[in-house]
Amino acid sequence: MSRRKAIIQYFSQGWMMIALFVILLLPLIIGIALTCKSGPIFRLCGLDELLFSSIWKPTGGQFGFLPFILSSLYVTILSFIFSAPVCILAAIYLTQFASKRLISFMLPVIDILAGIPSVVYGMWGILIVVPFVGESLAPFFNVNSSGYTILSGGIVLAVMCIPYVLNMLIESFKTVPNGLVEATLSLGATKWESIKHSVLRKCSTGIISAFGLGLAKAFGETLAVMMVVGNVVQISGNPLEAGYPLPALIANNYGEMLSIPMYDSALMLASLILLVIVMLINLFFRYLIYKTQKR
Amino acid sequence: MRRRKRIEELFFKILTGLACYSLILVLGYIILIIFKKGINMLTLDMIITAPTGGYYYGGEGGVLNAIMGSLYIAIGATVIAMIFGVPAALFINSHLQHKPRMQGFIRYLLDALWGIPSIVYGAFGFMVMIMMGMSASLLAGIITVAFLITPIVIRTFDEVLCTIPRGLHEAALSLGSTRTQLAFKVLWKQGFSGFITAVLLAFGRGIGDAASVLFTAGYTDLVPQYLDEPAATLPLAIFFQLGSPIPEVRNRAYAAGIILTVIVLIISVSARLMSRKFSKTNLN
Repeated sequence: MSRRKAIIQYFSQGWMMIALFVILLLPLIIGIALTCKSGPIFRLCGLDELLFSSIWKPTGGQFGFLPFILSSLYVTILSFIFSAPVCILAAIYLTQFASKRLISFMLPVIDILAGIPSVVYGMWGILIVVPFVGESLAPFFNVNSSGYTILSGGIVLAVMCIPYVLNMLIESFKTVPNGLVEATLSLGATKWESIKHSVLRKCSTGIISAFGLGLAKAFGETLAVMMVVGNVVQISGNPLEAGYPLPALIANNYGEMLSIPMYDSALMLASLILLVIVMLINLFFRYLIYKTQKR
Repeated sequence: MRRRKRIEELFFKILTGLACYSLILVLGYIILIIFKKGINMLTLDMIITAPTGGYYYGGEGGVLNAIMGSLYIAIGATVIAMIFGVPAALFINSHLQHKPRMQGFIRYLLDALWGIPSIVYGAFGFMVMIMMGMSASLLAGIITVAFLITPIVIRTFDEVLCTIPRGLHEAALSLGSTRTQLAFKVLWKQGFSGFITAVLLAFGRGIGDAASVLFTAGYTDLVPQYLDEPAATLPLAIFFQLGSPIPEVRNRAYAAGIILTVIVLIISVSARLMSRKFSKTNLN
């Protein structure tokens, strides 16, 4: 090996390694930094008080994250209820029934849906979903509502999550060997029976993981939800009331956070909670996917 | 019994079909609504002028500041993501080829990284920015968005690189090339279509993301000239204008929404076309 070649090899290899390690260490760095920054608030009150108290008065030094966490969970679960059936049915159709032409038409459609920025979804939510909830749905239930509600957030979020979950479901359904379907068909099962008994069963882990990852994505989604959810600090079981999810809290208050004592720590803690929850869900379900792929 | 089976079959075939076609409807509906609302306000002035004094009360001007800011941030972030992402993806597929467990573990971590919400990157970027004594600026925005899209670049590029047949690696190595040469001369050329897809995907994600630039890039009515100036971005311009009580300003937000949607559509379609054009396999 010539000397020049050796030097080039040395530097480019070094750069490749550094690049990779920086990226892999990133979540750790973010986690540590957020923990350090949210440190001061722990001296003020304990973790259980922060997580389970529902009193939010930053100027009075009271930081209870419960309303925000519950709002986030509520919106996420609603979006899951709306999107899950559509995702799984569409994924079955695309991988089992659809013609090649339809598939080659649908893949770009899913891509584009996944690529639409969240602010555009939020705008669509304000234009369509909010008036619909406020003017048609709420009077139907005899409730007075502005339309900026948890339900609107759930609907917008459901539409946003469909392409993401659908892509993963299609990936998972594609791994089912053709022979398996053919074997059940040859035993006299109808196409649907073979899907029900062999494909869905074979992919059960993949389906659960796709939904889990979809939930994590919905949990962290910020702008689209924030635009339609109303942003009122309260705990309510009624989906026609306004809510205030965790990401919206961070996004709405960064302007004031340096002027009120402890406020910046509280918001950094909110980011940390978000990061930890999403990371744990991601690591768990990705692990499930890798386990099943190996077998 | 036969009849029940047939009805069940038909029922589910129709139901799944409906779910599938409804997606096309949803996409069409969203795009239709955005265009219908904003098309009246979408004039050339919107695209080529920056806001003037009375803009936020319905006066003259456009969103050039936000368009340029968004483009600068997305381009800058994509370049940084390329500088880090491309070597990292090549490294996984050249130097770690003989360590499949390590490869699997790294891919696993990267996939998990992809899931971190952009608002967390935004908060982290803001914190680093404050620590370094910087104010909200183009540079801070670029760096934050770069964090966000680097995992996307690596994983998308890697998806294509790992389909390259093993024989090609072995051929290159047996001719006496180093692993670095293998990476930059063989894998790079063979996986070029993946590189294009990765870059365009990352760019599209970078230009549409609002939560990460909300804290870090700031907002201004001027077109940014230097890296240390604050920069407006299209998603934030839409977001702020939508909150305005004046209908004129809200209508402009819809028009800005069209601009953003069209940019993202162009990127998405060209990613598909380019990856097909540069693809070296006959598979797709």
